Amino acid sequence: MTARTTGTRPDAGHAGPSGSGPGDGPVPAGPPRRAKVRKAATVLLFLAPSAVPLVLFTLVPMAGSLWVSLHEWNLIGAMRWTGLGNYAGILRDGDTWRALGNTTLYIAGYLPLVYVGGLGLAMALNRVTRGRDLFRAVYFLPVITSWVVVALIWKWLLNPSEGIVNKLLAVIGVEGPGWWTSDAWALPSVIIAAAWKDLGFVMVILLAGLQAVPAEALEAARVDGANAWQRFRHITLPLLSPSTAFVLVISCISGFQVFDQVYVMTSGGPAAAASEVMVERVYDLTFRYGRVGDASALSWVLFLVILLVTVVQVRLQRRWVNYG
Amino acid sequence: MSRGLKATAAFALAVLLAAGCAKGSATRESAPDGKSTIRYFTFSAAPDHLADLDKIIKAFEAANPSVTVTVETAPYADYFTKLQTAIAGNTAPDTFELNYESFVAYAASGALADLSGEAAKDDLSVYAAKSLDTFKRDGRQLALPASYSAVLLFYNKDLFDKAGLPHPTADWTWDQEMAAAKKLTGKGVYGDFQPVQFFEFYKALAQAGGAFFSDDGKRATFNSPQGVAAAKHLLDKPGTVMPTVAQIGGTPDYDTNLFKQGKLAMWHNGIWQFAGLKDVPFQWDVVVEPAPVKASAVFTNAVAVSPGAKNPAAAYKWLRFLTASDVTARTRIDSSWELPPLADAKAYAGYFDQGPPANRRAILDAVASATSPPVIVRQQEMQDTVTKALEQAAAGKTPIQKALDDAAAKVDELIKQA
Repeated sequence: MTARTTGTRPDAGHAGPSGSGPGDGPVPAGPPRRAKVRKAATVLLFLAPSAVPLVLFTLVPMAGSLWVSLHEWNLIGAMRWTGLGNYAGILRDGDTWRALGNTTLYIAGYLPLVYVGGLGLAMALNRVTRGRDLFRAVYFLPVITSWVVVALIWKWLLNPSEGIVNKLLAVIGVEGPGWWTSDAWALPSVIIAAAWKDLGFVMVILLAGLQAVPAEALEAARVDGANAWQRFRHITLPLLSPSTAFVLVISCISGFQVFDQVYVMTSGGPAAAASEVMVERVYDLTFRYGRVGDASALSWVLFLVILLVTVVQVRLQRRWVNYG
Repeated sequence: MSRGLKATAAFALAVLLAAGCAKGSATRESAPDGKSTIRYFTFSAAPDHLADLDKIIKAFEAANPSVTVTVETAPYADYFTKLQTAIAGNTAPDTFELNYESFVAYAASGALADLSGEAAKDDLSVYAAKSLDTFKRDGRQLALPASYSAVLLFYNKDLFDKAGLPHPTADWTWDQEMAAAKKLTGKGVYGDFQPVQFFEFYKALAQAGGAFFSDDGKRATFNSPQGVAAAKHLLDKPGTVMPTVAQIGGTPDYDTNLFKQGKLAMWHNGIWQFAGLKDVPFQWDVVVEPAPVKASAVFTNAVAVSPGAKNPAAAYKWLRFLTASDVTARTRIDSSWELPPLADAKAYAGYFDQGPPANRRAILDAVASATSPPVIVRQQEMQDTVTKALEQAAAGKTPIQKALDDAAAKVDELIKQA
């Protein structure tokens, strides 16, 4: 998306009177090298608003963390060079693998829930003709709400003894679980909260995709005698695949980076170990244990895991995504 | 061309501004006409004792007109996160508070300025010698003791009277405590509250006659039979005489509120709670904790100067005043704000004659049988390891002995790595 817009903008600029392309300068037939430099300067200038923050706040800190990951450092003392020792250490550490396992379980629970839920909502909204914008805004509201607020509310809803959920379950004669205080239910609690919050985002993307499905195609299928399920399965779903692919990649990345909700809901509690995820481990290593080198190394391992999974996803997309 | 120039200039300005912002936040307030400003970062003042700290600062500034002290506070749970981030970012406060458990790592990391030079010009005999020595490393004074506190058994007299039970005394045993707790539990009242965690465990271990480390400090020995007895003593309480972790549900200050509401008969907590219990509508008192072998947790806080402090002499002067001046001693005593670490007990004799609680002298019993927390450089990891092991055992996932064995092996590893 970004590549396309930045690709078209300069062309539009050339056409306009205020463009600063090679043809507009005071010296029309300047040496080609100078023109090239000027063009590069113009491009850089247009890139600056996003490139400068990217370099300052993403690339520089990333390079910094790579440097730190090769040292032992507790924030308050001097750094000591350890080479790849931190990487070897965290890969041998059982806590790393437990955190990676918990993160994977989280994604395995979260992804289907948020996709199916978001798709269901999007299809329902796609049929609504009046007040669609209102519904869309309402479902999108949790997406832009602070994670800390959402997590605190869910923590309260799912409170084992005082929470509304368990009180309602008691009414129908079911004894509610310990939710975020129990090892078995801690991750599901977080998944429920996360899916609820992110549903709106997935819905908006898929709704846009659904609205792009041509009515003629569905109509033609209907005329050919396809029933609702067949139309969904063979027309809607394939035409929705680019949106689906986008949602899966984005959600998978954010799933690996899950932190706030887990930290607020289970950290320091009785089920903390059963729900510790990768970024939480990075946080604890840094701020709780003063092992910034190990934390940085773990961040890079997580980065590589995400990169690998994303590359595999994008590769696999060629097989099932219909870019028409 | 001029358009390009303008844009370049604008871009350069933006970069300069960004750089300026970054620098601005890192530089300290400038000190006009010879005045210097000392930043002091503390966890023990907020929220109950900010006015008291202010009183001490006013007195200090009156005596030292060229120095201004500014206070920054953070709750204990966030304090060290903020402090270490500030140190790493070169924005460390000039002076800051530390508990002994963190002092060890800070001293080992070179994050504390050596106060020996200033101390040599000064008479430090006002401090209790033992407190002063606690914060020395290799003959260098790296911090000044600021306050100490003890953990006692708080009890609600009204609940004991209503149940017709005798009040706890200094010679109570664990069994007596448990028997009373069982009788007091019921009708919305819990008999006892003692969290299942590291700090309660190391103390219970000492009370059972065990040692946390081997004599040379190189090995964890808390998985001994005494360790198992201590763990059993702690694990017997939740679900019988005290709420379970699930019932507490991570609610902050759950136990404090329970006691304040008169729904808790016995409570293991520190003397820092005195000020907050001033106005409760029932009678209460304290006594040294019941135990087979008398042992009480005593905690010491200190204050230190950051190596980057602009005016170390003024910083030292402030800390000296904050820890050992008459104003401080009086303020601490008047407001029940922990105790000053002074050699002359007369300086704070008045503290013991006021109430509630009436039996403040229990603090002296606690100090007489003081057991300091075990401390290593990788302190937080050790604490979490022990707490997790106890939780595993409490949840029935691991037998007590095995949980302690595993934890001891991990702690051995932590000692080695530091």
